Amino acid sequence: MRVSKSPWLLHYDGSSCNGCDIEVLASTAPRFDVERFGIINTGNPKHADILLCTGGVNSQNKDVIRQIYDQMPDPKVVLACGICACDGGIFKDCYNILGGTDKVIPVDVYVPGCAVRPEALIDGVVKALEILDEKERAFKKEGKRSLTSSEYKALLEEKAGESETKEDTDASES
Amino acid sequence: MAGKRSVIPFGPQHPVLPEPIHIDLVVEDEKVIEAVPSIGFVHRGLESLVTKKDFNDMVYVAERICGICSYGHGYGYVDAIEHIMNIQLPDRCDHIRTILFELSRMHSHILWMGLMADAFGFESLFMETWKIREKVLDMLEAATGGRVIFSILKIGGLRHDVSDEMLKGFLPVLESIEESIRNCENTFLNDTAVMSRLKGIGYLSAEEAARLGCTGPFLRASGVAFDNRLRGYAAYGKIDFDVITSGEGDSYGRCKVRIGEIYQSVSIIRQCIETMPEGEVSVPVKGFPNGEYMTVIEQPRGEACYYVHASGKKFIERMRVRTPTFANVPGLVKTLAGCDLADVPILVVAVDPCISCTER
Ligand code: SF4
Repeated sequence: MRVSKSPWLLHYDGSSCNGCDIEVLASTAPRFDVERFGIINTGNPKHADILLCTGGVNSQNKDVIRQIYDQMPDPKVVLACGICACDGGIFKDCYNILGGTDKVIPVDVYVPGCAVRPEALIDGVVKALEILDEKERAFKKEGKRSLTSSEYKALLEEKAGESETKEDTDASES
Repeated sequence: MAGKRSVIPFGPQHPVLPEPIHIDLVVEDEKVIEAVPSIGFVHRGLESLVTKKDFNDMVYVAERICGICSYGHGYGYVDAIEHIMNIQLPDRCDHIRTILFELSRMHSHILWMGLMADAFGFESLFMETWKIREKVLDMLEAATGGRVIFSILKIGGLRHDVSDEMLKGFLPVLESIEESIRNCENTFLNDTAVMSRLKGIGYLSAEEAARLGCTGPFLRASGVAFDNRLRGYAAYGKIDFDVITSGEGDSYGRCKVRIGEIYQSVSIIRQCIETMPEGEVSVPVKGFPNGEYMTVIEQPRGEACYYVHASGKKFIERMRVRTPTFANVPGLVKTLAGCDLADVPILVVAVDPCISCTER
């Protein structure tokens, strides 16, 4: 039985304006109903297969996001919902926004929109299911795990070191 | 024998919370002795953007202070600038703004009903209320183009008109919403199981609520008739409505007030549609704002203030927002002290906290 037949979903609100959050919730409600895909909204990271992140990363919540991500069992996928989670969006220039979710954890699917529309979100989730399948195969065959947040951080730092021009990768953050 | 005290962390990621807030609950056995909130998970530093974005573009940022009460935030900012620039709005614009304001209040309150149902573990009621909410969103989408972020406001009026036919078309939808809310209301207010989770939980007396500076439905549920719409901004001065209060002062009363306000919003929208004047919806705006102004409005969650200071340049100097949830946190902390651990989610949700506004 594949995980993607009934993946459980966890939602974390980074520093979003709530616009995307309520759309995430709305997509679990009757009109859009992601439960059609066997998806259940859970509140426990240890039960979750898909992480939906809304809103940008700030200095207060970056460790929370890392922790939640690390607690999720393999295979797992991460969706960045809304333009804030993709790259900071309208709040990019704010002093407390470090950028999108991919500043701290690896993101598999980017869903744009401000606010993200439930249709787009569902499309993103369906894409994520394919990725989840692939990851599961790799995990079962070769024992391949997703990067942990600290491995990802090291990777980002390495990349930043390679191309000096890309200073904004925020590798210096503690 | 009293047990030992221990501290249970609640949040920032918690099943009932759509938003991150962290509360340290000091408990003794099952009783909460003290609740210590800590915030900052959603702080973006949005007010500082005024120095980087044109004052016209700031409307979009103001709307994104919070996605649930986005319309009100946009309204507060736009209203402050319009007062500074002495802009007289056409009547039609005021009426349409009022309709949109009330629609967004409805969507916020219905959303809250759903979250409340979820908090006391009534999943199907959550689904039911959110189904009703979609109808409100459909109206908002038809009128503005957006489901949660509308971007229809601009300084000097509205970006586009909403046609009379469309507004007339809202009337039957409103009726059907009223009917479905009535069904849900029955469960919320008369169901024994639900009542046992709400009645007497988190009691706050009128004096205490006023002393702690609570606002919005939270305050009105304690029996204080305070509603900023009575000031008569937009078209509220021409509309007939009463402030809805309830003397209960507990979570049940908070439910009652919010449900009452949904009907009230429907009636305000009806009156606005009936008396809709003809004419333009915007006036041309020239120049830059110079001066300062403080707008006070009634958001779904209570009183919100918007302060703008401008000095005749493209960028305004300072914007400051004071949000209702911020005013309600002392009340929340008060109701949490002494409650049962199992009631914490209900009490938190009963305030209808909007962390995103509070922290900006
Ligand atoms: S993308 Fe837009 S709607 Fe979503 S959290 Fe960011 S500002 Fe809000």
